[in-house]
Amino acid sequence: MSQLLEIKDLTAGVEEKELLHSVSLTVGAGETHVLMGPNGAGKSTLGSVIMGSPEYAVSGGRLFFDGEDITDDSADKRAKRGIFLSFQNPVEIAGVTLSEFLRNALEQVTGKHLKLWDFKKKLRSCMEILGMDASYADRDLNVGFSGGEKKKAEILQLLVLEPKLAILDETDSGLDVDAVKTVSAGIDEYKKRTGGSLIVITHNTKILEALRVDKTHILAAGQIVAEGGAELVDEVITNGFEKYIKGGK
Amino acid sequence: MKEEKTQVADIDRSLYDFRYEEDERDYLGSGITADIIKEISDEKGDADWMREFRLKSMEIYNKTPMVEWGPSIEGLDIDNIVTYIRTKSRMNTDWNDVPDDIKNTFEKLGIPQAERESLAGVGAQYDSELVYHNVRKEVAESGVVYTDLESAMHDERYAEMIRTHFMKLVPPTDHKFAALHGAVWSGGSFVYVPKGVRLEIPLQSYFRLNAKGAGQFEHTLIILEEDSYLHFIEGCSAPKYYEAGLHAGCVELYVGKNATLRYSTIENWSKNMYNLNTKRALVDEGGKIEWVSGSFGSHVSYLYPMSILNGRGARAEFTGITFAGEGQNLDTGAKIVHNAPDTSSYMNTKSISKSGGISTFRSAVTVNEKAAGSKSAVSCESLMLDRISRSDTIPVMDIRTDKADVGHEAKIGRISDETVFYLMSRGLSEEEAKAMIVRGFADNVSKELPLEYAVEMNNLIGLEMKGSIG
Repeated sequence: MSQLLEIKDLTAGVEEKELLHSVSLTVGAGETHVLMGPNGAGKSTLGSVIMGSPEYAVSGGRLFFDGEDITDDSADKRAKRGIFLSFQNPVEIAGVTLSEFLRNALEQVTGKHLKLWDFKKKLRSCMEILGMDASYADRDLNVGFSGGEKKKAEILQLLVLEPKLAILDETDSGLDVDAVKTVSAGIDEYKKRTGGSLIVITHNTKILEALRVDKTHILAAGQIVAEGGAELVDEVITNGFEKYIKGGK
Repeated sequence: MKEEKTQVADIDRSLYDFRYEEDERDYLGSGITADIIKEISDEKGDADWMREFRLKSMEIYNKTPMVEWGPSIEGLDIDNIVTYIRTKSRMNTDWNDVPDDIKNTFEKLGIPQAERESLAGVGAQYDSELVYHNVRKEVAESGVVYTDLESAMHDERYAEMIRTHFMKLVPPTDHKFAALHGAVWSGGSFVYVPKGVRLEIPLQSYFRLNAKGAGQFEHTLIILEEDSYLHFIEGCSAPKYYEAGLHAGCVELYVGKNATLRYSTIENWSKNMYNLNTKRALVDEGGKIEWVSGSFGSHVSYLYPMSILNGRGARAEFTGITFAGEGQNLDTGAKIVHNAPDTSSYMNTKSISKSGGISTFRSAVTVNEKAAGSKSAVSCESLMLDRISRSDTIPVMDIRTDKADVGHEAKIGRISDETVFYLMSRGLSEEEAKAMIVRGFADNVSKELPLEYAVEMNNLIGLEMKGSIG
C-alpha cells in the first residue's frame, strides 16, 4: 500500500519547550489509525503539527504527504493537498455563516468555482446524514453551538471537503451516546465515499466500533511508546497507560 | 513568496483614483477672504440673507480657534485650499447633456446604471456643483422634491423653507469648520418629503472630490413631514492626490412627527483627506432616525452624527463601522440628546485598525431632566489586526434624570492566531482568513446597507486587507 503520510523523526514544540521528541509514524492510503495516550502526552500537538499550526515550531525531522515534503507548507497549503483536522475546540466566528464559510473552503481546497445551488444540495445531503437541522447552515459558524453541535459541524466539514486524510482530535469527547452514534455514522460515510485515511485521537472505543482499525499508536510524554493493531485499543482501555508512562523515557 | 503587494499604500485603487485634468482658469483662488465670499455669492446669485450669512460665517471662522481636542490637523493648510471650483457644466436633468469627461467619471463609478436599475434619483456632485440631477417621474409625482440645494433656494416654492432651516441645526458658531462651511458652502442636496408619503425606493447621492487640493463643502438638507418615510444614501469616494484635501460638509435632517428617515453613508476618501464633516438630525414626536455609517479612507476624520430626540417617543439608531489603516487617524462616533420623555436610542459600532492605524470611538449620550422614561444602549466593539495599531473608546454620558435606563458596553480585541489557523486549516490563505474574520465582524453593518453598497463595503474590506500579511 502506498504511503499517504510519513512522519520522520519529528521534533516540535513551543519556544524553548520541546513537546514532541523524534516521532515517526506512517499512514497508508485508506488506513485507519488510532492515536492514544494519557492527557498531556502531545496527541493534539501532533495533530496540530501535521496540520501546520504556526503555534508550534518544528525543530527536527520531516513530514511527507503523497510523497512530497510538506514540512514548510502553511496550513492552507496542507488543506489543499488533502489534510483535514477536526478540532477539539472549534472556534466561533461571528458574522460568517456555516454555509458561506464552507462554500468558500470547498472552493479553496478544490480550486473550482461551485454554483450556489449545487453547493446547497451537497450541504443539505451531508447535514441529513448527521441529523443536523437545515437552519444550522445559516447560523454563524459555531456561534452558540453546543459542544455536540460543534463536533457535528466538524464532521459536516469533513463530509463536504472530502480530504484524503482526516485527523479527528477527540471528536467523541463530551458527546452523549446518541451523538457519538451520529458522528460515527458521519465518519463511516466519509470512509465509504472517499476511501480516505483517518488518524483518530480518542480515549473511547465507541467511536471506533464502526471502523476497521489498522494500527494503534500510543503516545506518552511526546514519544511513540507502543504500536500495535486494533487489539492494542482494548488492552489500553482495560489496563490504562500506566506501563507506558513508566516505560517511556 | 509570490509577488504580493505588501502595503496599504500600494493597493490598486484605480477604481477610485482616476481624475481628469482641470482647467487652471477655473480656480477662483486660494484662501478665504471677503472678496472670495462675495464672488461665490455673485456666482451663485445668492439672496441677500445668504450673502450676509456667508460673510458673518467668515467672521466667526476667523475668530474661532482651531480644533485641538482630537487627532492633529496640523497638516491642513487652509489658505492653500481652493475652496471652490466651477465645473464646466450647469445643472442637467438629461444624461445626454452631461459633458463627456464628467460622464466618463460617472460611468466609472457606475452611477447611471445604478440610477437606471433601482435608484429613484441621482444627485451626484462633481467638484463643487451638481451636474446631473434626475428624479424619477413617480418620485416627483408623489410630491417628493429632490434637487440640488442651490436650485431649490432660487425656487420660490422652497426658498422660505430653506431660509428657516438652513444651518439652524448646525449653526456656524458650532465649531470652526461649521463656520467655514457656512461661508463657502457649495452644492449639495435638498429633499422634501410631504406628509404621509412613504418613498420605498432610496434616493442616492454620490459625492466626489476631483480637483487637486480641492475642498468640498456640500450641504445636505432633508425635511420629512409627518408620517413620511425616506431612505437617503450618501456615498463618497475621492481620487488620490498629494496636497492636503479637506471635506467640511454639513448634513441637516428634520424628521417630522411619526416620520422615519434612514440615512446611509459609505465614505471612502483618499488617504490624505481631512474629513471634518458635521451631521445632525432633529427628531419630532414618535419619529425615528436611523444612521448607517461606514467610514473608510481619509487621513484624519472627525465624524459624530448627532441625533436630537425632541418629541415624546422619538428614537435614534446608529450603526457604524470605521476602518483605520496605515497613516490613518479616524475619530468617529455618535451623539444622542434625549430631550423628551420616553425617547430611546441604540448605538452599535465596530471599529477596525491595522498597520498602525488609529481608531477612536467617541460617544456622547445626554439625557435631560424632561426625558423621563428614556432608554439608551451603547455598544462598541474594536478589532485590532496587529500589535502596532491602536483603538480607543471614549464614552461620555450626561444623565440628568433618575428615570432613565442607560447602558454601555465596550469590547476591544485582537484577531486570534487560533481563529486564523482554524480557517487556514480549511484551505483559506492567511489573508483570506483575516478578511473573512473582518467581514464577519462588520457583518451587522453590511446587513443594514442596500445590497450594492454592502458589496462595495465588502470589496473595500478586501482591498484594505490585501497585503496585510508580511
